[in-house]
Amino acid sequence: MGSNIVTALMVVVGVPAVLILYIWLTEWIVTLVPSKWQKRVRPWLWLGPALAFLGFFLVYPTIGTIIRSFQSRSPLRPEWVGLDNYKWFFTNEAALRALLNNALWLVMLTFFTVGLGLVIAVLVDRVRYEPVAKSVIFLPLAISMVAAGVIWKFMYDFRPPGQPQTGTLNAAIGTVGLGPVAWLQSPTFGVSTFALIAIMIWMWTGFAMVIISAAVKGIDPELLEAARLDGAGEWQIFRKVTFPLLGPTLAVVSTTMVITSLKTFDIVYTLTNGNYDTEVIANLMIKQMFTFGDFGRASAVAVVLLLAIIPVMAFNIRQFRAQESVR
Amino acid sequence: MTTTVPSQPLPRPLDVPATPRVNRRPRRVGRIVLHLVVVGLMVLWAIPTVGLLVSSFRPSSELSSSGWWTAFAPPYHFTMENYAQVVNQQGIGQAFLNSLFIAIPSTIIPIAVAAFAAYAFSWMEFRGRDVLFVVVVGLLVVPLQTTLIPILRIFADWGLTGQFLAVWLAHTGYGLPFAVYLLRNFMGALPKSLFESAAIDGANHVTAFFRVAMPLCVPAFAALAIFQFLFVWNDLLVALIYIGLANPDNLPLTATMANLVNSLGGGWYLLGAAAFVSMLVPLIIFFTLQRYFVRGIVGGAVKG
Repeated sequence: MGSNIVTALMVVVGVPAVLILYIWLTEWIVTLVPSKWQKRVRPWLWLGPALAFLGFFLVYPTIGTIIRSFQSRSPLRPEWVGLDNYKWFFTNEAALRALLNNALWLVMLTFFTVGLGLVIAVLVDRVRYEPVAKSVIFLPLAISMVAAGVIWKFMYDFRPPGQPQTGTLNAAIGTVGLGPVAWLQSPTFGVSTFALIAIMIWMWTGFAMVIISAAVKGIDPELLEAARLDGAGEWQIFRKVTFPLLGPTLAVVSTTMVITSLKTFDIVYTLTNGNYDTEVIANLMIKQMFTFGDFGRASAVAVVLLLAIIPVMAFNIRQFRAQESVR
Repeated sequence: MTTTVPSQPLPRPLDVPATPRVNRRPRRVGRIVLHLVVVGLMVLWAIPTVGLLVSSFRPSSELSSSGWWTAFAPPYHFTMENYAQVVNQQGIGQAFLNSLFIAIPSTIIPIAVAAFAAYAFSWMEFRGRDVLFVVVVGLLVVPLQTTLIPILRIFADWGLTGQFLAVWLAHTGYGLPFAVYLLRNFMGALPKSLFESAAIDGANHVTAFFRVAMPLCVPAFAALAIFQFLFVWNDLLVALIYIGLANPDNLPLTATMANLVNSLGGGWYLLGAAAFVSMLVPLIIFFTLQRYFVRGIVGGAVKG
């Protein structure tokens, strides 16, 4: 234990120190090369450590995964199988279900987190207890997925009809004579999938709200005052002034939420593990890898996920370019 | 979805100036609706957590027979028994320390590495700068799961699996795209004149970085540190793969909690208490530092 503390301290103090030393050293070396080259060499030395980490932990494994997706399952002696793994994916019922569910996740999670985030951000801007309200909404984001899973297990708890319902939701709908519903075990109409999406909406609305709220505060109050003086109603002001000005922010938040929904994993893994028609791509991949030991198929699933994300990336790049041209 | 923004029922035409007198009554109704909606949402958002909090203080016998809301009616039965059992659970103290050992370096290293890269992206001219930055941001979307197997194989060869160093390095790699993105946005938004006058005064990039960029980026560093710390503290997957397979003794709190969730069976009444123990540090961080969090994220990501 003591040695751990020493190591941790060494890392906490040592790493920044090493980096600073590295920059001083490279700067000194740069001054030795002809000045014509200095400008070209220096940026790469500053970027070096970051690029090394990114290359090792993200780029290299991604390329490896793409190659692996064209090979057979065996971890030790994989053989080339062409497109077999992809053929399996697009003809397999569970895989297609996962794809469909992820589309559902994408639409619902993005729409509700951004929509609710926007509404809450605009509303709390008008009340005095704004910080408290924001804290309450934002809090779930600080909770781990495991803990959130526990919290919602209690919310969705189901007892057979006739017994007292201990789950909050079933007790609530019971007071008006409905239910009980086995929220997490109902494949019909995708009830369970929606139940899972609701948890993530609960967790991520705060994120959308915080960022949108900051943009709302950034709007020039004189603009709103001018509109008010012209007799515009609050709803009109929101639609014609506030909303258009929030455009770029909403784009950033939406992108983040689309990526989050495509990568959805933990909540599905802990609560249903893909049963009752709640499968998603990331969970399917983990299953193929660890339950079935089929690295070829697991890699193909991962590549499908990457492909789904490419349009989002393209949009992000366009957005970024547009922002840069304004700078 | 409710898109009801409290408003005057009839929006007036734009060219007719509104007289405050006419507006007073509808506005008051609007205020009431506004408060109802906001407070309603707050209650809705708080119920799940409050429910679990109340449950965590109830005796196990009552947990399975009645809902948490019944605890507010007499007879009052509250107990610390669940917490006592969770805290006395074998290895929980060790797991708590492990979480700290994992989270603190995993927060500091990526920020240090990202700061230099962000500076280069913001204030140095070189060929392919924008393309490279876009690629880095693009890496934000790489699903973590795709990287696990290839990296695990290399770590195993190097004898790193099961060690804290493995997760420190891994979290640095995974955290970098967001860190570079956020810091680049923040640093890039600093006024250009600051750096020009520093250059005129004879400052090189190293001096400009430490004397101009770093001090001004403190809110961004704070926000990033909070975000990364929470992310690492709440992480289960990375720790399970790189540490759990080889050396379960070094596993963090989330893994212990996940084990409780999976294996308790009869002891599920401990879950609430266990969940709150694991939330302790994130909640403290959240409530003490949320100011920085908002300001730092916002200074960069949203500027107009």
